Amino acid sequence: MNYGPLLFLAAFFALAGSWFGFVLTPQAQIGQLQPTNMLGAPTLYPQARPGLARQGLGVYRANGCADCHTQQLRQRGTLCDVVLSDTGTNIPAVITALLKVKPGLSGPAARQWLSVLPRPVLQGLTPAEADAAVRVLNGAGAKATVSIVPVGPDLARGWGKRRTVARDFLFDYPVALGSQRIGPDLANVGARQPDAGWHLRHLYAPRLEVKVSAMPPHRFLFEKRKIERSPSPDAMVLPRDLAPPPGYEIVPKPEAGALVAYLLSLRADAPLFEAPLTVIPAPGAAGATNAPAASGATSTNAAPTKAPAK
Amino acid sequence: MNPTASSEPAAAAGLGADEVGASEMDVSCRLPLLVLLTSAAAWLVIASGFALISSLKFHSPDFLAGPAWLTYGRVHPAASSAFLYGFCLQSGLGVSLWLLARLGRTGLAEGWLVTVGAMFWNVGVTVGVLGVLAGERTGFEALELPGYATPMVFVGYLLIGVGGALTFHQRREPRLYVSQWFLFAALFWFPWIYSTAQLLLVTFPVRGVMQSVVAWWYADNLRFVWLWLAGLGAVFYLVPKLTRRELQNRNLALFAFWLILLFGSWGGIPNSAPVPAWMPALSAVGTVLTTVALLAVGLSVWKTAPPGSPAGPVTKWPFGVRRQSDLSAVASAKAEAATALSAARGVQEAKRCPSQSGVAPARRSAPARRRAPLATALQSGARENLPLRFVRFGVLAFLVAGFMRVLGSSLPVSNVTDLTWFGPATDQLNAYGFFAMVVFGAAYGILPQLMGLEFPWPRLARAHFWLASLGVVLLAAPLAIAGVLEGLELRSPDNAFMDVVKATLPCLRLSTMGDLLMALGHVAFLANLAGLAARFYLARAASVFSSLTLDLYKQTGAKP
Repeated sequence: MNYGPLLFLAAFFALAGSWFGFVLTPQAQIGQLQPTNMLGAPTLYPQARPGLARQGLGVYRANGCADCHTQQLRQRGTLCDVVLSDTGTNIPAVITALLKVKPGLSGPAARQWLSVLPRPVLQGLTPAEADAAVRVLNGAGAKATVSIVPVGPDLARGWGKRRTVARDFLFDYPVALGSQRIGPDLANVGARQPDAGWHLRHLYAPRLEVKVSAMPPHRFLFEKRKIERSPSPDAMVLPRDLAPPPGYEIVPKPEAGALVAYLLSLRADAPLFEAPLTVIPAPGAAGATNAPAASGATSTNAAPTKAPAK
Repeated sequence: MNPTASSEPAAAAGLGADEVGASEMDVSCRLPLLVLLTSAAAWLVIASGFALISSLKFHSPDFLAGPAWLTYGRVHPAASSAFLYGFCLQSGLGVSLWLLARLGRTGLAEGWLVTVGAMFWNVGVTVGVLGVLAGERTGFEALELPGYATPMVFVGYLLIGVGGALTFHQRREPRLYVSQWFLFAALFWFPWIYSTAQLLLVTFPVRGVMQSVVAWWYADNLRFVWLWLAGLGAVFYLVPKLTRRELQNRNLALFAFWLILLFGSWGGIPNSAPVPAWMPALSAVGTVLTTVALLAVGLSVWKTAPPGSPAGPVTKWPFGVRRQSDLSAVASAKAEAATALSAARGVQEAKRCPSQSGVAPARRSAPARRRAPLATALQSGARENLPLRFVRFGVLAFLVAGFMRVLGSSLPVSNVTDLTWFGPATDQLNAYGFFAMVVFGAAYGILPQLMGLEFPWPRLARAHFWLASLGVVLLAAPLAIAGVLEGLELRSPDNAFMDVVKATLPCLRLSTMGDLLMALGHVAFLANLAGLAARFYLARAASVFSSLTLDLYKQTGAKP
């Protein structure tokens, strides 16, 4: 009647199952993940963050930023847009084709419509519908393409362009996915708010930048010191009620600089095979220099310091 | 059930007092258990202090924002680490060791080893929590203690665990009761998950999101599977014991055991996770299948002790009387119980409701062996049903938290509840509402018998029950509501994020009330435990002192 060894063995196997399933198998699959080419560009993604940003991740971890901020965007699905970028030479044929795929457009209006290109002809289609429309337009000699648009509330809120995937965190330790959104998601905060000064002011006094913020101030990342000869160029510019007494200045400690470098390096919007996405240039502004950074080669996970990766 | 048992008058039925070797067992368990439970209670108070600070930050973000170590991102993990490692694991081990000894009808093997292990454990957790406050947290939920604290914690666990395994091995009762299955599995599962997580996350970190996968697996196995195994092991002992009814039934309980092992351990990977889809899917399947285990546990406890039912007649539980010496021990206990009963009846009967009158006098008999019957009868009035009340609440919270976990893992719901306060609400309800409550019940039931003393402040113990249960409800319910509201609002991108957060603040502020009540309850618990220990050791010191000085007096008195 001695069940001891039997009980032990059975429990061992039952629990070993979960270990094999959720430790060993994932390790064989995503534990071996490698950087890969971005879609449509010969750039490797992701690239390791620069050293300062990596130190910043340590500050992020130590002060529990991940307790209130996630770095994971969800995506409800993917829709397709048809974008017309060039009319070609046979304008009347293109107009006929355009009227066919885009009902509700009259002849003269269509000619007017074609004057600003590239622009989306149709939005929110399934891949099959989009392909059909592209075939009609290209058959008329125009140049139309399908662009892939990830959708979902997180993305509509402007937090990012596509869902977060495992590859985005390849070189991070620890991976700061977070589990709760007490504050906004930070997966793309570097792209959303590229101003380092804003981040420093926000860390020093969150309600200075965001009126209703519930974030605690992180003044321990800054120091108050006496102005020696001339004020430091890094000194914080603060409103009167927060400003230090005359003769003193508030400057960020190295930790604050590192943390901001890390925040600015957060940009997970590269188009990937597992999370495809096409960047639509703004109407008539194809060559604008301040276009969203996701345009092709510049959209890496690296910090905007443009430091060479690795 | 033994038909003759029902005709016998109520016999000794304190926790385990009907079995032989009680005194040997008590002596061997006394110091280790006292160390484990008292330091667990101290950690609980520390944890609730930190939790209160972090909760108050939702009232005013500027509250205690100056020093780095008091920022939310350090106080919050300090609270959860102190609670998980300082209280949950430590008290769970203490109760488990006692149960393993009791159910094996043996003394605690190598009690000194357990005491030393507890010291290692406490030093490790202290170093770890200080490390978290100094900004050395690992960044993995439920594994926040920095790497340098781990060896001490792990060695502490191994020493305590060896004591448990040896106790199990040297048991004199070859038949296994359900609780032993749960406790033994828990004893064995923690070192496995802890070493896996520690090795793969801290020592030789794995790559990328694999870290999160291991961390989720570890956190879920610790916060649900381990707490369930240790807690249910105690529940399946305490409920039949405290109601003096036979467990209904063994197979149902074992069914729950296997389901928790097989499916409960496959959980924790949220649907929002940026990992291959099979992982959250498999995790959801495993979690949903634990519904059956929840139902089995609920059914088993319900059938064993329907609420409001009178106490049963089982006196020799869970196993029959085996040896002749047992019989005589039980008989002498019975005689004492009868004295206590007749003395107490006149005083107590009038106050008592009919359903309790059958229970109360009987359970009074355990301490009655050591104290004047009447005084015991008067004092223990508060104790009889208090452990049972705690355990009942715990089982209820177990069911609610378990179903919340199932809901939170299944797809349509998790789209709303993922990344909101719903997850923390489930964790807190499971850890505080289920596990801590069961441990409180066990401590209030075990310790008086173990020490041969009543708790010094029974009223405080009763207040603890109300503070703890109200506190848990006020903590978990607002958080869950806040989570659901937040999730529903965030589905529409038209709702500005900051407005949604602002709308959840009243709920978070309400939950501070729960934190406060629980903190007060925990102080009451610690006070009672420390008071009991102080009373015991003061009495012992006094007796040692008087016996020593008696000799001295005799010698000196003889000479001049």
